[in-house]
Amino acid sequence: MDLFQYDFMLRALVGALVIGLAAPALGIYLVQRRLALIGDGIGHVALTGVGAGLLLNRSPVLVAVLAATLGAIVIELVRARGRTSGDLALALLFYGGIAGGVMLVGLSDASSASLNAYLFGSLITTSAADLVTILVLGLVILVAMLALRPALFAVCHDEEYARVSGLPVRALNLLLAVATAVTVTIAMRAVGVLLISALMVVPVATAQQVTRGFRSTMAAAMALGLFAAGAGIWVAATADTAPGASVVLLAIASFLVVALVTAGRRALRRWSRPVGPPVAEPVADPPEHEVVLG
Amino acid sequence: MTPVIQVAHAAVGYDSRPVLRDVSLTVTAGEVVAVLGANGSGKSTLIRAVLGLVPLGAGSVTLFGTPQRRFRQWHRIGYVPQRLGAGGGVPATVGEVVASGRLARRGVLRPPGRADREAVAAALRAVGLADRADDPVATLSGGQQQRTLIARALAGQPELLVLDEPTAGVDSASQEAFAAALRGFLDGGGTVLLVAHELGPLRPLISRAVVVHQGGICHDGAVPEPAGHHADPDHEHVHPHCDEEPAGLWRSI
Repeated sequence: MDLFQYDFMLRALVGALVIGLAAPALGIYLVQRRLALIGDGIGHVALTGVGAGLLLNRSPVLVAVLAATLGAIVIELVRARGRTSGDLALALLFYGGIAGGVMLVGLSDASSASLNAYLFGSLITTSAADLVTILVLGLVILVAMLALRPALFAVCHDEEYARVSGLPVRALNLLLAVATAVTVTIAMRAVGVLLISALMVVPVATAQQVTRGFRSTMAAAMALGLFAAGAGIWVAATADTAPGASVVLLAIASFLVVALVTAGRRALRRWSRPVGPPVAEPVADPPEHEVVLG
Repeated sequence: MTPVIQVAHAAVGYDSRPVLRDVSLTVTAGEVVAVLGANGSGKSTLIRAVLGLVPLGAGSVTLFGTPQRRFRQWHRIGYVPQRLGAGGGVPATVGEVVASGRLARRGVLRPPGRADREAVAAALRAVGLADRADDPVATLSGGQQQRTLIARALAGQPELLVLDEPTAGVDSASQEAFAAALRGFLDGGGTVLLVAHELGPLRPLISRAVVVHQGGICHDGAVPEPAGHHADPDHEHVHPHCDEEPAGLWRSI
């Protein structure tokens, strides 16, 4: 595909692929501890950082990383205290974040088109410096999520047991919160702050319909994330659609396909049970190899 | 010899409602102590306070001779909670859950090695789940899930097992498998503190019973007889009674 002869297009694609791998690797822990929507909330907070960055003429991505990290730490502290008012505190933070972002972006010279680019992603805004930030932070998150898998799994699976095991539970929880903030902000360029959360959660939801263990779920979710990100950027470039929306719709389409296929297989198995083991349908497994790189 | 667990004048309250008042308890190495009591008596709170999962309002807890606040050798303790949390629905295999039991010994950063894999396999064998290692825990029966949690605690090769109602709602096959696993642990010189509503096949293993009633310990000594015998007119009361009989304590079996 000729589209990727443009540098900016290639940068958007590489950035999206890194995020496609890192977001589900982090998201599986968030799903497991029932914090599937936390990325969305942190995205709202990050928007205030974007607004502040634009207003102060600083790199919006870096200021957003700071704002989102701060917000994530506050959210985690509220969550750890476990008060019923935590729900309300989160709501305040989320809506305060998006309102602050919209207001600050409005006060700056930036157009509403550039606000849209931060909300839903854009193919042309990833600069070379952005790409370096995305690559470095994305790889750090990926390595942390993979290397600390036993400990993070233990904390997300059974927090009390993890405490009795002497694990640094608070530090690991803060690590997840900060990793979420960083993932949201580095995904801002290609996917947008309002849609990145889907890339953390939907591939995991898709994978866990067919997997049996945590490790296999993580691997399948990462493959699905890579596919959705790559194919989504390609669709956005070809059909001139918002990249964030294209990526997320592809991820959701994979979810539906897998849900239908597993339901169909189950029905078939029930139907043909007396005859013996059902013949497996030629089902497309996680279609990571379908990524069209042009 | 230093006691394994020493609780001195402990008090615990939730939101200013007292749950435990002035509780003292000592467990020495090799003992199997059952904490008994009615629902809401505070027996689970007692072991949660021992493990530091609920803060003490007053008093102190000492583990292996070290004040709990400064205790860091958590690999010496294996904790078995009442049940497996449902989590967010991400599947996990029996082997993956049991492997968590190695973290206290291995630490956060070191990847699992051969010793870890062998300990996990041995723990699964001890509870009779060796053939289920690759199955998702969600597909197991309640009793098998309970055995998974016990295997997780055993995988860390602890010296002390702390169990919260390990036999509640567990089928008899799993209860037997559990009793056998516990027997193996005790043969290796282990110490056990468990909370129970009913003892079932564990009964012969218990060396001492502590009855918690209304936030205090009202009996510490031999295992009391079940309620069925209480109802028997020929039954002779050989154990000290609480002011009030803990209602429904032994009725379950």
